Amino acid sequence: MTFGATLRHTLSKDLRLEWRSKDAINSMLFFALLVVVIFSFSFELTPEESRNIAGGLIWVALLFAAVVALNQTWARELRNQVLDAYRIAPAPLESLFFAKVLGNFIFVSVLELLMTPLFVVFYNLRSVGPIYELVIVSMLGNWALVVNGTFFGAISLRTRSREVLLPLILFPISIPALLAMVNATTATLTGEGSAHLPLVFLAVYDVVFTVVGLFLFETVLQAE
Amino acid sequence: MKPKLFTIFALLTLTLLSWGLYEALIGAPTEATMGPIQRIFYYHVPCAWVMFMCIPANFVASVIYLMKRNMALDAFAVSTAEVGVVFCTIVLLTGPIWGRPVWGIWWTWDARLTSTFILWLLYVSYLLLRTLVEEPDRRALLSSLFGIFAFLDVPLVFGAIRWWRTQHPSPVIMGGANSGLEPTMKAVFFFSAFAMHVLMVFLVLERYNVEKMSDEVDVLRRELEAA
Repeated sequence: MTFGATLRHTLSKDLRLEWRSKDAINSMLFFALLVVVIFSFSFELTPEESRNIAGGLIWVALLFAAVVALNQTWARELRNQVLDAYRIAPAPLESLFFAKVLGNFIFVSVLELLMTPLFVVFYNLRSVGPIYELVIVSMLGNWALVVNGTFFGAISLRTRSREVLLPLILFPISIPALLAMVNATTATLTGEGSAHLPLVFLAVYDVVFTVVGLFLFETVLQAE
Repeated sequence: MKPKLFTIFALLTLTLLSWGLYEALIGAPTEATMGPIQRIFYYHVPCAWVMFMCIPANFVASVIYLMKRNMALDAFAVSTAEVGVVFCTIVLLTGPIWGRPVWGIWWTWDARLTSTFILWLLYVSYLLLRTLVEEPDRRALLSSLFGIFAFLDVPLVFGAIRWWRTQHPSPVIMGGANSGLEPTMKAVFFFSAFAMHVLMVFLVLERYNVEKMSDEVDVLRRELEAA
């Protein structure tokens, strides 16, 4: 099968599975909701203050929530030896990786769409800067989280305490991306400073790790 | 390493370090504004240099491991990562000891401090990953992959953090036009840096031997279990 066909089939399979079970999205959504509520209990915020720290809150909540989905991506394929079937199938493994990344990207995007109104309401947010910048930040940031998360999910698949390992290796690698996302979001929300530099940085981060991930993925899967 | 060679190397390292310590504490002149606390500089900066030797070494070993799949390279990679983390820890500890009297604070989230700290986190998670994979071949492979990711992350970490203003002193060695050290200080510093690099080589070699031995024990245990 070609790259495109494998990609399409794997992606549509994952989306259909998720649509029917709603495993990932439900747990992510509830988890993110809890983080938002706990944060708002922890700090008493004026609208001005919440604008300043919202960028950090949003991304911390999304990062934690994304781990929930990322942990399930590959575990799902262990049942009925699906992963073994992938390995012997005459299909490019990179397309499997790319499909998984795209799938997770869609899940986390849906999560972002559902969480945005909640954030706006709970934290009295109003963006001073242009909204389209926030959309770009969320897309680039989302990609940065899921591309490494999907790769490391495959790495941690057959290790002891898999669920614990993923955040342990994913978070340190994601710190520079997280800094850029938070900086860009805060710059846009407060209207102070420009989001341009962090956006360029995020794009570079995305390109670097997507290329390395695609390049090294086959090695990970053959290690099983 | 043969026991005799080990003893000689250990004694040599010890002598160099002792001489370095003497020079740093007594030989070097006291710095005019900071006073005696500045002497920690003869440890802090050489340890940082050693750390920046270990981390690229880990990356190179990881890449070559991926190509050759030779367990000796994995042993070398883990040795450099561990020694690197140790020296990074020393940097992170000696920094605040100096910072408290000079800056008046133990810690600040300034660019260099933060990036060094994140570097430390990255390589601690490298070591953590290793403890969670039991099968040696898979452990070697997965950690070499993570080693590559971690190393690629390093320049990004430094880039990302540059947006914050820095409070850390700018480099005095190979710095700009107005930087530079008094000649005795410079001599003491380079001697100390040299001693620290000898210590690094000693530690990496020893750690490498330990790793090789534990691999051998592992193989023997497996054979025993299989029999």
